[in-house]
Amino acid sequence: MMLKLDNVTKVYRTGAFGGGSTTAVGGVSFEVGPGEVVSLIGESGSGKSTLGRMILGLTPVTSGSITWNGTAVRPAKSYYREVQGVFQDPFSTFNPVFKADRVFRMIKEVYFPEVPPAEWAERVRASLADVRLNPAQILGKFPHQLSGGQLQRLLIARALLLDIKLLVADEITSMLDASTRIDVLNLLAELKGRGLGVLYITHDLSLGTYLAERTIVLRRGTVAEMGPTETVFTGPKHPYTRELLAAVPRLREPWQEAEPIESCLYHDKAGTGGLLEVEPGHYVACARLAGCAG
Amino acid sequence: MTALQEVQTREVPATPPGAWREALHFAVRNAKLVIGLGIVLALLALGLLGPLLAGAPPNEYVGPPMQSPSGEYWFGTTTFGQDVFVQFVYGLRTTFLVGVLGGGIAAVVGMVVGFVAGYRGGLVDEVLNMLTNVILVLPALAVLLIVNAYLGIRSVGAQAVFIGLTSWPWAARAIRAQTFSLRSRDFVDLARLSGATTRKIIVREIAPNMSSYLFMTFILLFGGSILIASSLDFIGLGPTEGVSLGLMLQNASQWSAMQLGLWWWFVPPGAGITAVVGALYVANVGLDEVFNPKLRET
Repeated sequence: MMLKLDNVTKVYRTGAFGGGSTTAVGGVSFEVGPGEVVSLIGESGSGKSTLGRMILGLTPVTSGSITWNGTAVRPAKSYYREVQGVFQDPFSTFNPVFKADRVFRMIKEVYFPEVPPAEWAERVRASLADVRLNPAQILGKFPHQLSGGQLQRLLIARALLLDIKLLVADEITSMLDASTRIDVLNLLAELKGRGLGVLYITHDLSLGTYLAERTIVLRRGTVAEMGPTETVFTGPKHPYTRELLAAVPRLREPWQEAEPIESCLYHDKAGTGGLLEVEPGHYVACARLAGCAG
Repeated sequence: MTALQEVQTREVPATPPGAWREALHFAVRNAKLVIGLGIVLALLALGLLGPLLAGAPPNEYVGPPMQSPSGEYWFGTTTFGQDVFVQFVYGLRTTFLVGVLGGGIAAVVGMVVGFVAGYRGGLVDEVLNMLTNVILVLPALAVLLIVNAYLGIRSVGAQAVFIGLTSWPWAARAIRAQTFSLRSRDFVDLARLSGATTRKIIVREIAPNMSSYLFMTFILLFGGSILIASSLDFIGLGPTEGVSLGLMLQNASQWSAMQLGLWWWFVPPGAGITAVVGALYVANVGLDEVFNPKLRET
């Protein structure tokens, strides 16, 4: 077991005097095993990015716990050595007034101050080769002189310089064009083959299926459905997952309303809004339909 | 990578010009900046070198009273026979000292408070913001009167420190607001993921992104300090020893230079203050154009 989320909740204070509150994430529990690729799917405002930030220790957790190999996650050097993130907007992830390869130097200063410059340059070159970037085209350039795909791969190369075990990829392809997007996804698939775990956060169902062994569907800050990607996509049990799948456009096929579920299938068995294991590894939340007791 | 991208990246020059070299390139071509800084530097040189050439201390009675400007007394003499030119160059020196010291203290305090409040947020921000607002509404003049009455410290340095410690709030507020908008950028998160400390993130990620802004803050505080010092001098709250441009104006006014037609007594210090502050503001506009690509004239 590597990453474990247990009843993680994030509540934001809102209003002039902090009187109001908004629950961004409400009691989410899941695990990401070693070398596992999990996709976290949800629409805007579902809390998926907040979850990603909490896993990276960038946002404190209101209640519940996130543990990495049994110890609570906190923003520390030792944790970031193994868990790294790549964000949505490559142009905002780089400080525009500095050259792009500065991200490597920042890693060296904190983690590898003792490595001689020549050896470090060799490591950077190897890491760039891993993400299929040509060092001559990348080094010494400003971020605005590089493409979005190059920048995202540069950030993955940065993470590879560390002893990285899990990559939190928050919408990393949503700002890229279609062909570059596939390049980056293939790169992630290749890294997965080498044992890297990935938490792939996305709003795009089709991209989620491409990589992930397991899929978690997030809705309004809670897990609606979670299970092996195959199972969730071929036999969705939660009405929200069905709606999402019905909303994926298909060629020459008219839009179809999702097949409605008439009665609450799970509430009786699941108890108070928890997840019900409908088949091994496939969990579904109470749909809270009309007439449902919860 | 697509073929198109490959072509695009190949056309980028191997070694792009550095940000500073690029800024310098535009700086030397910006008339406002060159003229503004030229005037400031010329007056600074006069203030630094002038006293070395002047034979006597500024308040010495060296010549006949009430002489109009001549070859011997370039700016004429006062009612008491003091050389106005000598007073002017010593006054410039004091004025620059007050500007650098007062502006410098205000800039440093403003930056520290602004950066910490803006980056930390929450309770730290609330406390620092309260402090800022308290200083902001403090009647500096009344406080100075009290400080004068109780402590009796009236040197140029003390005046500069007082000005510095009372004029930082607006800078702190402006920098805090800028920091607020920068701290939520992804590159700050990336620096945190790289194990950077808060101090390092502020100094090396956030501050470089607003370097032109910080530079302008200092220029405006510098000019502001000179103006405040001149006003304090003029109303008689200035340093008791030495000479400054504001003190010259006060003396001229006190001894009825205007009514006696001794225009050479009050015109040089007045013009000096106006020139330094005006030239700094012009240079500031030029700097804005140099650092802000959208304002650059091609």
